[in-house]
Amino acid sequence: MRYSVFSLLSQALAGNTGWRPAWRDPQPRSAYDVVIVGGGGHGLATAYYLAKVHGLRNIAVVEKGYLGSGNVGRNTTIVRSNYLLPGNTPFYEWSLKLWEGLEQDINYNAMVSQRGVLNLYHSDSQRDAYVRRGNAMMLCGVDAELLDQDGVRRLAPYLDFDNARFPIQGGLLQKRGGTVRHDAVAWGYARAADLRGVDLIQNCEVTGIRVENGRAVGVETTKGFIGAGKIGLACAGNTSRVAAMAGLRLPLESHVLQAFVSEGVKPMIDQVITFGAGHFYVSQSDKGGLVFGGDIDGYNSYAQRGNLPTIEDVMEEGFALMPSIGRLRVLRHWGGIMDMSMDGSPIIDRTPVEGLYLNCGWCYGGFKATPASGWCFAHTIARDEPHAYNAAYRLDRFATGRLIDEKGTGSTPNKH
Amino acid sequence: MRIRCPHCGERGNEEFAYLGDATVRRPDHLPEARAGGEGFADWYDYVYLRDNPAGEHRELWHHVHGCRSWLVVTREVRSHAIAAVEDARAVARARKPAGEA
Amino acid sequence: MATPSHSRRLPQGGLVDRTRPVAFTFDGQRLVGLAGDTLASALVANGVTLVGRSFKYHRPRGILSAGAEEPNALVELRAGARREPNTRATAAELYDGLVAASQNRWPSLRFDVLAVNQLLAPFLSAGFYYKTFMWPASFWEKVYEPLIRRAAGLGRAAEAHDPDRYEKATLHCDVLVIGSGPAGLMAALAAGRSGARVVLAEDDFILGGRLNAEDAAIDGRPAAEWAAAAAAELAAMPEVTVLARTTVFGAYDHGAYGAVERLADHLPTPPEHGARQRMWRIVAKRTVLASGAIERPLVFGDNDRPGVMLAGAARTYVNRFAALPGHRAVVVANNDDAARTVAALSAAGVHVQALVDCRTDVSPALRAAADAAGARLVTGAVPLRAHGRMCVQALEVEEPGGRHATFDCDLVAMSGGWTPAVHLTSHLGGRPVWDERALAFLPGSLPPGMAVVGAAAGAFSLDECLTTGAYAGIEAATAAGFAPPAVEVPRAERESTAVAPLWRSPRAGGKAFVDFQNDVTTDDIELSHREAFRSVEHLKRYTTLGMATDQGKTSNVNAMALMAELKGEPISAVGTTTFRPPYTPVAIGALAGHHRGKAFRPTRLTAAHEWAREAGAEFIETGVWLRAGWFPKPGEDWLAACTREVKATRGGVGICDVSTLGKIDIQGPDAARFLDRVYSNTMSTLLVGKARYGLMLREDGFVFDDGTTARLGEQHYLMTTTTAKAGEVMAHLEFCLQWLWPDLDVQAVSVTEQWTQFAVAGPQSRALLQRVLDPGQDISNDAFPYLACGPVSLMGGVQGRLFRLSFSGELAYEIGVPAGFGDALPRALMAAGADLGVTPYGLEAMSVMRIEKGHVAGAELNGQTTAADLGLGKMVSQKKDCIGRVMATRPALVDPDRETLVGFKVVEPGVRASAGAHFLDIGAEPTLENDLGHVTAACFSPHENGWIGLGLMKRGPERIGQRVRAWDGVRKRDVVVELRHPVFFDPQGERLRG
Repeated sequence: MRYSVFSLLSQALAGNTGWRPAWRDPQPRSAYDVVIVGGGGHGLATAYYLAKVHGLRNIAVVEKGYLGSGNVGRNTTIVRSNYLLPGNTPFYEWSLKLWEGLEQDINYNAMVSQRGVLNLYHSDSQRDAYVRRGNAMMLCGVDAELLDQDGVRRLAPYLDFDNARFPIQGGLLQKRGGTVRHDAVAWGYARAADLRGVDLIQNCEVTGIRVENGRAVGVETTKGFIGAGKIGLACAGNTSRVAAMAGLRLPLESHVLQAFVSEGVKPMIDQVITFGAGHFYVSQSDKGGLVFGGDIDGYNSYAQRGNLPTIEDVMEEGFALMPSIGRLRVLRHWGGIMDMSMDGSPIIDRTPVEGLYLNCGWCYGGFKATPASGWCFAHTIARDEPHAYNAAYRLDRFATGRLIDEKGTGSTPNKH
Repeated sequence: MRIRCPHCGERGNEEFAYLGDATVRRPDHLPEARAGGEGFADWYDYVYLRDNPAGEHRELWHHVHGCRSWLVVTREVRSHAIAAVEDARAVARARKPAGEA
Repeated sequence: MATPSHSRRLPQGGLVDRTRPVAFTFDGQRLVGLAGDTLASALVANGVTLVGRSFKYHRPRGILSAGAEEPNALVELRAGARREPNTRATAAELYDGLVAASQNRWPSLRFDVLAVNQLLAPFLSAGFYYKTFMWPASFWEKVYEPLIRRAAGLGRAAEAHDPDRYEKATLHCDVLVIGSGPAGLMAALAAGRSGARVVLAEDDFILGGRLNAEDAAIDGRPAAEWAAAAAAELAAMPEVTVLARTTVFGAYDHGAYGAVERLADHLPTPPEHGARQRMWRIVAKRTVLASGAIERPLVFGDNDRPGVMLAGAARTYVNRFAALPGHRAVVVANNDDAARTVAALSAAGVHVQALVDCRTDVSPALRAAADAAGARLVTGAVPLRAHGRMCVQALEVEEPGGRHATFDCDLVAMSGGWTPAVHLTSHLGGRPVWDERALAFLPGSLPPGMAVVGAAAGAFSLDECLTTGAYAGIEAATAAGFAPPAVEVPRAERESTAVAPLWRSPRAGGKAFVDFQNDVTTDDIELSHREAFRSVEHLKRYTTLGMATDQGKTSNVNAMALMAELKGEPISAVGTTTFRPPYTPVAIGALAGHHRGKAFRPTRLTAAHEWAREAGAEFIETGVWLRAGWFPKPGEDWLAACTREVKATRGGVGICDVSTLGKIDIQGPDAARFLDRVYSNTMSTLLVGKARYGLMLREDGFVFDDGTTARLGEQHYLMTTTTAKAGEVMAHLEFCLQWLWPDLDVQAVSVTEQWTQFAVAGPQSRALLQRVLDPGQDISNDAFPYLACGPVSLMGGVQGRLFRLSFSGELAYEIGVPAGFGDALPRALMAAGADLGVTPYGLEAMSVMRIEKGHVAGAELNGQTTAADLGLGKMVSQKKDCIGRVMATRPALVDPDRETLVGFKVVEPGVRASAGAHFLDIGAEPTLENDLGHVTAACFSPHENGWIGLGLMKRGPERIGQRVRAWDGVRKRDVVVELRHPVFFDPQGERLRG
């Protein structure tokens, strides 16, 4: 059923009893043309674009928990395309363009809010690095504005301009960046994929990948064997574990990233703001809570929770940046498992196992990539070759040296 | 997280810096390897590939705000339970030369 | 609604001090409470029943609970810079002058315009916003979202800087006891008597928990009296630390707990120099969780009306605070605890109209309680609907056979059973387990070292609380290595806690609320189920159930039970959502502590800082260092000062503090071999008394760091690193020595802080140095040529080190002295060189001279460049293994199309170039395809009398002499530059060797 203000009105008058399930709850068939492992944002988007763009009809998404139970439901909701390197910027800009048309495309209000992303700089060298990046963005047709201190003050007068250890000199603003209601992205893609006939199979954990003569032919699951013409892995922090079932060893480490939300308050922060004298990002959800985060804890983890030192560090940065938030309370903090790659950039590619495709390495930037990741992964699976947008996201780049190392920190995942 | 440094006793993890997998081994025995050539795969493995297990993990930590010893910590990465902490130099001295199985 | 007055305070009883009245205001109305009150109890005593508005429908709301679980009675506490939105009135201790205001209403609490949302409720069903507001797309940010944002949120955050202080401390203990109800007190007493170091943390401002709220007896004494005696005994134990007003908010790995102590929230302002709150990091060998249980509301129509209250809370107000939440009450319950509610209310003079129990077969005790109170006992009945708007006026119930009965009342005391507060048991991933007998989720797998006792473990009766607490205390102390203490468990009643399921009224009229604060009703849960949001997490996220400031403390279990009913599954199969820290919301300030403002991070100053300050330096942040940027004379801006400093240095002599460079002392028989492995070039061939520039790679083949290393002795080197990488290089060397090559006999230690080092540069540098060196030391070009190094004696016997190094390209030295002489050295140099025109120069001038000389620095050593990119390809020796050598051979790292170091000069005189600009061919469109590279550094060069710079450019060295553009789109600059060899100044190096 189509969502609109009219359906909302007519259903309201009928006591809201006529709403249909957002998706079916199918039992797995014996085989599909494509099986996507992982019912998170990327997996669901991949299934949707496989059906919509490439016309495939016989697709399943298998998910070990509930739809959207991974990082799509536990991130800080930021979308942007303010990247530096040529392997990245066009991809993320394509993602932002897809975000811009997403709601009408999938008939679901994911609250794409282009409220602006402001990266603060606190030194001349940081300013120069942002100028380099802003120019790189403009070369790719991405909007970028350099603000001086007054420009920042006009947007965010509550920041510490008077007593800061690292005074704010200015910022790089991408006005088209912003936030998206994260759960709604998973649900919107799920519903749209279901409408195009994709089977979304929840509570179905993959326990093995069957490989015959070098070719992946299906997945063993807690609901039995499911045959597959092609298998796409979109398992984020669990990628290493699942890929190992097909004998692959990957340039990935799984790390925990914590995130935080405060109690709801009336509007106070209108943009996404990042602190340059550390690693801290904050926005305010439409519901009123400040949503924020910082660095990963920095050690391998599959535990979806972190420890106090990182929490304290994030709070220090937030309080230093916004001295009025001391009395605001943290309501909840949680962790997600990041597939940290060795150069900080993702992988969307075929694998040495025929019929097995890989979408991973999102580090802690996967949410903003959701539409383009799904779109490019669908292309790579359907056409057996990457699209130009994900051409740089090759698995073999670590061997060839064609790295995409935005931060320049080398093969140390916890520094990206 | 609390890590029992063999030299300093139990300390909070804020005193330590993490490097990663302690099971990968620098191929010191293949210094002449070149990209695409013999021995390169060992280097590629060392620098880039990780088992990344969801289970017991032997990993290198540096007691950077303490005695500055490198440590090999054996930790279950689903529960974070630590089974052992060893001095990395002692572990390194006990192992066979690179390249010997 | 009753007029606010003291009329609701009982003449005697309770733990309030009638001799100490406390004045406060609520929504501007002046009221008086008593010492010992919470804001909520004072409001109850004043007859204030309407205290807030709900999130979505702006329904009028009263006080539901008497504790941390409160969803309704949220206020803005205090004003101005100390305004604290969403403060639970039930947890706010009353103090003289307290100012509270209701929130999320306009224009007033009684007349709230957005209450119109109640009429729109059918359109505002769960998740309605996902289905609309999509057309036109541009309206979201401009129209819909601002409206939604303004309507959402709850209170208003303070706008000014928080004036209060926060602090942190760490506590180590053998046994941490969380909660000081009967179970916690017993655990703390037992463990304390063993001699163990015990920390007892209690959320409330007095110890005792429910003992303060119940008319119960322990060892024949009133429970509150027993609690006070226990508290006194604990306070007298030297190894026991009692932390009242302290919430243990989270469990972390390996026995670490986070707690926040509210030091001054019960005062108008913190004492001078005192902190408002203190965060404790508690490290415990064993933990006893005695966090109690939270009562569940019953789900029936309009169950959110002010005056509908949890039964245990009603007892608390009566017993502990001597405040009457109503005069005519109906008690409605599904459990035997109702007997005590009836008794307590009746004893306080409340007329209990009826006791409504959903069970047909009730215990004699319950009957007796009803009889004693003169209340009608209605069994087998369910509540249908509360009547009244701003305050409940009656409760309509359905009796067996379908007959409706309506009881007039101004208080409905409801109890749907108890939910153990298991939150801390699941912070490390433990899953609570459904128990059908207790009708509760009980602790599942526990954090290592934790035991759960009392109501938190489903042991609800007072006797069980005392017993389980005592045993857990003994066990914890024993496990921590103490001899088992002698503990006698006090006698108390094992009252019945029988409970029967009543998850919702089967025929509720009106809206039946499950999550009060977020306005989630049974209809929303049904809709969620209908639309396939059936997993508990989907339910939560789709309806926002459990996502309010109370995190579902009163609502989660009811909601899970409803979903289970809808799915036709047992509750155990539906499961529960994940509990996450903090247990109750914690102020960001407390978690941040004192690291704010200027104290956010440490400030590192060199030993010569004071000299530089006196010399008029403007300082620049370099990481955590403050370094002199330039030394302006009156009337000079930074550029004028910088240019003068460069000219003075190149024309005479300048001095510059370079102490922030990392300095690592490396010694041992294998030092030379070691350096050959960590540097890409060879260091073993360096002669004693010589220094050499070195380049380090990362193992992935990209440049890591650079610096000079001096050989001070056969087995003794001094390595320098960049300022930025000093720490990382040191850690890397330790990694190499301890892990990669443990058999190398080498010691390395950072001596950055131990040495002050100054660059002395310019044609007069030798003359100047000669004057500060003690007599008899020959530093002529022959005796001390370029790259020489060695010990010197200066300033009358100071043992220093001299290095003939040049970053500026001039005849230059670096002179090192022990940091204790770091202030004396520049003063001596300035005094000695006055007639030579010696000039202090800062980072800016240093940067200009390094650009003129084509030296790479941070902007080029950005982690993305190879040695060859920087024109240093020959520095990667092919004769030996070194870190990074193999990976540096990868095709992409030796691609001739890589961006490579090049110099440039702006063609038009006086026109600036700027770092971060990208190179484009003249006439080329600014596109990614046409991007040739970028400007890494630019400056005004006195030597070139124009703007020059360095950059990384595709095949840059092949294009020297050509013209391209430095395009800076974000700064709207676009200048034509001529590509040059990166060494602008003295390319033959004659000056530095002179």
